[in-house]
Amino acid sequence: MGDLAQPQTPFFERIGRSTVAHRDKALAMLSFVGESSIALGGWILHPGRIRWRPILFNVRSAGFNALPIVGLLSFLLGIVVAYQGADQLRQYGANIYVTDLVGLSMLREFAPLMTAIIIAGRSGSSYAAQIGTMAVTQEIDAMRTLGIAPLEMLVLPKLIALVIAMPLLTVFADVLGVLGGMIMAQVQLGVSFSEFLGRFPHAVSVTSYLIGIGKAPVFAVLIALVGCFQGFLTRGGPESVGRHTTRAVVQSIFLVIVADALFSIAFSILDL
Amino acid sequence: MADGARNPEIVIDMQKVVTRFGSHVVHNGIDLQVRRAEIFAVIGGSGTGKSTLLREMILLHTPNDGSIHVLGTDLANIAAASALALRQRFGVLFQHGGLFGSLTVLENIGLPLREHRKLSDAEIDSIASTKLAAVQLGADVAHQYPSELSGGMLKRAALARALVLDPELLFLDEPTAGLDPHSAAGIDALVRELCEKFGLTIVMITHDLDTLWQVADRVAVLADGTVQGVGSMTDLSKIDKPGVQAFFEGPRSRAAEAQTHALAALGNKEVLSKPK
Repeated sequence: MGDLAQPQTPFFERIGRSTVAHRDKALAMLSFVGESSIALGGWILHPGRIRWRPILFNVRSAGFNALPIVGLLSFLLGIVVAYQGADQLRQYGANIYVTDLVGLSMLREFAPLMTAIIIAGRSGSSYAAQIGTMAVTQEIDAMRTLGIAPLEMLVLPKLIALVIAMPLLTVFADVLGVLGGMIMAQVQLGVSFSEFLGRFPHAVSVTSYLIGIGKAPVFAVLIALVGCFQGFLTRGGPESVGRHTTRAVVQSIFLVIVADALFSIAFSILDL
Repeated sequence: MADGARNPEIVIDMQKVVTRFGSHVVHNGIDLQVRRAEIFAVIGGSGTGKSTLLREMILLHTPNDGSIHVLGTDLANIAAASALALRQRFGVLFQHGGLFGSLTVLENIGLPLREHRKLSDAEIDSIASTKLAAVQLGADVAHQYPSELSGGMLKRAALARALVLDPELLFLDEPTAGLDPHSAAGIDALVRELCEKFGLTIVMITHDLDTLWQVADRVAVLADGTVQGVGSMTDLSKIDKPGVQAFFEGPRSRAAEAQTHALAALGNKEVLSKPK
């Protein structure tokens, strides 16, 4: 819209302006992360100030209530992975290696990534929408004037709850993803459940399992911080809530995938 | 500057306050003093920084320059602990109420007590119910959620929450905006009553000419980044500045003024006729 109003803005000026805008945003995000860390430090030093009720509430809404969708999608993903692999494995008569394929890919990669993407869409968006709506209706201002720190009331409970819930959801996704693959192995390749499960401990190391679960808290922090940060950026009216909610989802999925790629690189260097 | 801190009769003292947003100067040297137990209104056209001025008084925005003392406390570089203490001495009614949508009316009103006082749930609920009655809301409202209330009830409920810690100072941001004339008149009467009954100092931002004429003791007019004039509406009507006269010209202003004079005349007559 700015371009329509001033069609003659020089190319380099536009680059400069958008660079400055992006730098400001990055600095704002950095200061938000810093403020949240300080607030978290305050809670660790004074555990009496921890707000347990909103933490438990968020564990339920972001964790427990997400079980059906996370379970169903992981189950389907397990089926897809086994189905895609079945043809190739059958050609070589390596049917039993479907366990390796499903086990490794689900536990190491797909379960944590899938969970993170679902939670980014489900909870990241609701964090941004909730905080954004509160900003628009002056509830955040009211909270400050009532002497309640919005970070402690709105951000930390979500962050802590998601860090608790995401690894648990990932384990649940592991189980249902492998179950889906196991059923498909039986149907397509004639690998029985007992053969599949007998092979499983040899195919998948505990390290792979822990790597998958270990990624989950990192994804949780990214999703919670981006969602809350976008909520606090909301200004003006309802259309701003929608814009920032969309941004929260796009940015958190983007960051989750980037983080996952960085993990892959790091693990290959560490030879895990 | 230090006078405001020492003189207990001056509740809010603003000196040479300058506020800028980027290169846009909103306040260019604002001087204001609010006295104890008066109803003080701030008026001005849109974009003159009324809301920003209020936000600066309630610690939501820091001015670029100048000093603000509220209840004797200097707001510049205020420590977190004294900010928390100060916040418990004033109440704020936001334009949209600012009630928490996830809590019932009674929980909203009790929230400041739950946060800052060590009281049992029963005591908190009983105090909250008292405040609900003080703003003339029925007990049936207590367990409703803010989204179920009408505009006028929402403002009353928000007012009850602002009053729950028994503040000395009350800030009202457009208390009658978006209300029908009947509800607005009810809020006006309530504000007047609070001031007279409890000796509250009230600072409000308003566009409502009826409120200005009938409720406010003193009014400050903001324009061009400075205070153009301070005084009662009658005093202000004599100031011949375009920023001030904008509030006294036009049919709406004249109607509100005429009504006030009529009411005043009626009041005098009643006073005169009573002894007989």
